[in-house]
Amino acid sequence: MSETINAEYLGMNLQVDSLDNSNLAYFKHCAAHDFHLQKCDDCGLIRYPVAEGCSWCGSGNATWTAVEGKGAVHSYTEIHHAIQPAFKAYTPYMVLVVDLDTQKGAPTEHEALRIIANLVTADGVLAPPEVVASVGIGSRVRMVFTDVADGLAIPQFTLDGDAEQPSQPWRYPVE
Amino acid sequence: MAQIDQLDPELGASLREKYAIVGVGETEYLRGSGTTTRAMAVNAIRNAMADAGLGPGDVDGMLSYQGADSTLSTFVSADLGIRLNFYMDVMGGGSSTEALTGIAMGVIEAGMCQTVAIFRSMNGHSQTRIGGTGARAVAPVVGEFLHERSYGWQSAGQKFAPTFLRHMYDYGTTPEQVAHVKVAHSHHASNNPKAYYNHRVTVEDVVNSRMICKPLHLLDCCVETDNATAIIVTSAERAKDMRQIPALIRGVVGRVSKPRADLHYETGPISTVAGHYAGPRLWRNAGVGPEDVDVTGSYDAFTFTTMLQLEDYGFCKKGEGGDYVSNGTTFLGGARPNNTSGGHLCEGYTHGIAMVVENVRQLRHEADDSCPIGPDGKRQHTFDYSEGGCRQVKDVEISANLGWATPGTGSAMVMRRGV
Repeated sequence: MSETINAEYLGMNLQVDSLDNSNLAYFKHCAAHDFHLQKCDDCGLIRYPVAEGCSWCGSGNATWTAVEGKGAVHSYTEIHHAIQPAFKAYTPYMVLVVDLDTQKGAPTEHEALRIIANLVTADGVLAPPEVVASVGIGSRVRMVFTDVADGLAIPQFTLDGDAEQPSQPWRYPVE
Repeated sequence: MAQIDQLDPELGASLREKYAIVGVGETEYLRGSGTTTRAMAVNAIRNAMADAGLGPGDVDGMLSYQGADSTLSTFVSADLGIRLNFYMDVMGGGSSTEALTGIAMGVIEAGMCQTVAIFRSMNGHSQTRIGGTGARAVAPVVGEFLHERSYGWQSAGQKFAPTFLRHMYDYGTTPEQVAHVKVAHSHHASNNPKAYYNHRVTVEDVVNSRMICKPLHLLDCCVETDNATAIIVTSAERAKDMRQIPALIRGVVGRVSKPRADLHYETGPISTVAGHYAGPRLWRNAGVGPEDVDVTGSYDAFTFTTMLQLEDYGFCKKGEGGDYVSNGTTFLGGARPNNTSGGHLCEGYTHGIAMVVENVRQLRHEADDSCPIGPDGKRQHTFDYSEGGCRQVKDVEISANLGWATPGTGSAMVMRRGV
């Protein structure tokens, strides 16, 4: 049996419980900087976040599958008033809703694998204000990881330097 | 798989106007109640029972909702001398009231009890901060929350904001349009002696207030208060013998959800909310449409929640919510005022039950404003909506409450003035 992972990150106690097999598997891949999600053995659709069944068809059979972490910002919020104390030093910070290229437009045109993560620097630190100010809906991003502890990293996004960026990503109208 | 979105037009009508809200009550809206959720709940229900003209022997059911931050029906019923034939305390915040009203109708219909008191009691400012600061901010991050709170994504505003921003992107909705929700509700609150914030604000006040998380300024967000609120549900038949004009329940839908109730962002469009799914079922059950409604109670945890629900329940076309909330319709004196109490943005925060209380009073034509009370004990409404004046909507016959849990889940209820 696995042991509970207990780690400190930005003043928070992150715990992956020893009974939580699905999250243990997910974060084990993340710790290796290797993004995997559960792919349904029956309908073939990938799901996010970690779950105990297929949100698209209800099947209980799935296989962990490598997923490329490239995509575009679908929406976001830019947080100026942090709730968790340790985030206050990083305001304004960004929470992104990212449409991955993988499975974009499936099962319908309105869907995508939408991943929640922060905008960070290439080495996984919450992005500074001038970078935050350059990102909006449509910005191209790629996944990186923030190492939290042995056996635990969390997926994040950074601006994709190799991708063609929109000339002006949509941002809230007032800076 | 059952086609749950194909509505049988024959269903939903059998309980129409068979049940009613017959009593409403609350405690004062405070920051610093100086007392327990148990004491407040007892007072709110006692007020609702007095309002209905009921004694301890007349109430035999109890329902409450909470987020591990409140008292239980067992204690509250004992404090009121009530022997229960039915009770449940459920987990839930916004949109619970309408859903629990439907449950109350069901358990009475099933013969399990006769008259149900529903309450929400919360020290949302002085104990469990409803904005998520304090104890909730430092609790360990486990399970599902590893994929949310680890990113500093925790409070209601932070978690709903991507829906709000995407609505601006998809439809060109402006911060100024949405700010009118706060302006309208502040006008209404200025005519509500109970309101915690009772001063009027302008669009400029809202958009110039400090940014919390885009697109939410401080004044786009609701107030945190300490209070308890209660309603009493019974059959329309029994309501005839009670003290007040009953608010007859024409139709209710509870906790209707988008394809996923957890991370609703996985299905789109994300600028569409649960009302899109709940609306057709609500209007079928109620046998009326949005055009028949005189006053709305669209949940205002944030200015945007009011707008999104009014839009997705069909009070305007999809994408035109910004215009609907800024063209005067939702103000007192407009065609269909919303949250005439001032709502959660101004009156106080109750997870939605106070908006049902307000509409019950509107349907009785007895909004508790500052208008003079006549010799018959009834308020003599002036329909002068200037500051400090009347907040009764003229000739209200039908109300709609639109409860919000998240962009992915909502409940709603249509009521009609009884006789």
